[in-house]
Amino acid sequence: MNYRKTYLGVLVACGLAIGGAAAAEMPSATMLANTCFGCHGPKGNSMGPATPTIAGLSAEYFIETMEGYKSGEIPSTIMGRIAKGYSEDEIKLMAGYFSRQKFDRASKNQKTDPKLAKKGAKLHKKYCEKCHEEGGRSSEDDAGILAGQWMPYLRYTLSDYLSGKREMTKKMKKKVHALKEKKGDEGFEQLLHFYGSQK
Amino acid sequence: MNKINRRNFLKLTGGVVAMGSLGYAGFAIGGASKKVVVVGGGIGGATAARYIKMGDDSIEVILIEPNKNYYTCFMSNEVLSGVRSLDSIRFDYEGLRKAGVKVIHDIVIDVDANGRIVKTASGDTIHYDRCIVSPGIDFRWDTIDGYDAKVAETIPHAWKAGPQTVTLRKQLEAMRDGGTVIIAAPPNPFRCPPGPYERASQIAYYLKQHKPKSKILILDPKDKFSKFGLFTAGWKKHYGYGTGNSLIEWISGAKGGKVEGLDVRTRTVKALVQDFKGDVLNIIPAQKAGKIAHIAGLADKSGWCPVDLKTFESRIHKNIHVIGDAAIQKPLPKSGYAANSEAKVCAAAVVALLNGKAVPQPSYVNTCYSILAPDDGMSVAMVYNYANGKINKIKGAGGLTPGYDKTTMDMRRREVDYAHSWFNNITKDVFG
Repeated sequence: MNYRKTYLGVLVACGLAIGGAAAAEMPSATMLANTCFGCHGPKGNSMGPATPTIAGLSAEYFIETMEGYKSGEIPSTIMGRIAKGYSEDEIKLMAGYFSRQKFDRASKNQKTDPKLAKKGAKLHKKYCEKCHEEGGRSSEDDAGILAGQWMPYLRYTLSDYLSGKREMTKKMKKKVHALKEKKGDEGFEQLLHFYGSQK
Repeated sequence: MNKINRRNFLKLTGGVVAMGSLGYAGFAIGGASKKVVVVGGGIGGATAARYIKMGDDSIEVILIEPNKNYYTCFMSNEVLSGVRSLDSIRFDYEGLRKAGVKVIHDIVIDVDANGRIVKTASGDTIHYDRCIVSPGIDFRWDTIDGYDAKVAETIPHAWKAGPQTVTLRKQLEAMRDGGTVIIAAPPNPFRCPPGPYERASQIAYYLKQHKPKSKILILDPKDKFSKFGLFTAGWKKHYGYGTGNSLIEWISGAKGGKVEGLDVRTRTVKALVQDFKGDVLNIIPAQKAGKIAHIAGLADKSGWCPVDLKTFESRIHKNIHVIGDAAIQKPLPKSGYAANSEAKVCAAAVVALLNGKAVPQPSYVNTCYSILAPDDGMSVAMVYNYANGKINKIKGAGGLTPGYDKTTMDMRRREVDYAHSWFNNITKDVFG
């Protein structure tokens, strides 16, 4: 331990770039969360059109997702590169911060088709509600908030699940496949309009 | 208010902070005013003003900015290609006013560090406890013979968005098919390192649709630039780069790309070994910190402002902080996202210092998108910490969008959507 400390000290003295957590004091939750707003919106409420709102997510879901980006288990354009910049403890602090913010639904800012949404509501009830509780509104189910989320994000995520790029839980896999068999791609589109339109 | 006492107090807190003490519980400035003057209402200044009010509403925050509207430099290249309107990159200061910031439209002509006073063109003198200077960039007009601020009205740099963005767009629209657009890229360091190359991509996109016989010539004093591999691969994919029919040609420093002079009448750019005649000229000169930074004596010999990287307080003048492109903030780049990130770190430090508390530990990030074509975007990102008096890149984090061989066009298209979301979110964060 002492050896390690000395070793790191030497590295710093030499001016080499080192992994953050070992040498730096930990920033506050607010300081860390501040770094997210430029892409995810003030306090994590995204102005869209594609970047998801992260305000109001459960801490558990936030941590799981960040760790998934970090390991590459969850495919991403940029989040993998960014998640690797934060330690486990820092992610926990950020998770706490965002879980305390209110999720503002994007429904007023995106166009949805009420007919599709109506059909989607029925599909949600049948295939999704068990895990994505309260019409996809709940964060307490630790399954992410779907209701009022930006639709392009939902569409990308769904497409990654369907293509196999992102792994589904067993339960989800079963339901998604059942829905695909019964309703095809149309069914998913209806679901997206349902979630996107939820106020 | 007894100035000497307060100055001693600030000296004392400064000293305590330098030692890294954990704070000063119970030591408050009883009844004292807490006043911050922010000079410049760009990305850095507007963010800092809002975040100070959010951090401590009892601090009086005055922002002084000459213009009633701010046009973002980021996404202004999409105005040049016609993908986006000028209106969409225009912002005002109503959001700041709603947040309790007093916005004054005036020009700051001096910052007196000893008297802690800001002087304006209209004759106001405003006292501050702490001043945040966020002046952006100014140009080194003396580096290109025949080019100056007046000439730039007709041969634009368009490196501050607004009227010159419009001028350049109109010139592109008026240009004949088969014309040559010359972009003279600046030497390092400059605002928005990928900017000139994204600009070339966006103009190429416009020409490809409307004037396919035309050509863009980038004259560059450098041999490499930001996102080099991604840009050149993108140009190959979309604009025929490297073929005889390419819409974009890049002449590096080694090949004589450095521009030394300009003949306005014949629209001829004099590069190191050869002259080039263009139909539309876009000359982006070498840069330095914004004018007021030099007047206030905040810049060093490099032309940029040395700062403490934990507080962004000037290393030259106490109680004045410098943020954004004007500061020497390496390894943070001179980007809008970095300015926004620096402003939040600076705001938190200023709030702490004015309340006699320890300066909080910073965290910084940069995320920068470039759009090659409407369905092809890319990004560079980095997360940074503060240790041992320096800003450090977090090992293993950040980096570039993968090349075409390591990703899919679906993912590259998503980056365009995320770039546009980035724009909507950062501007909301900055201007409210």
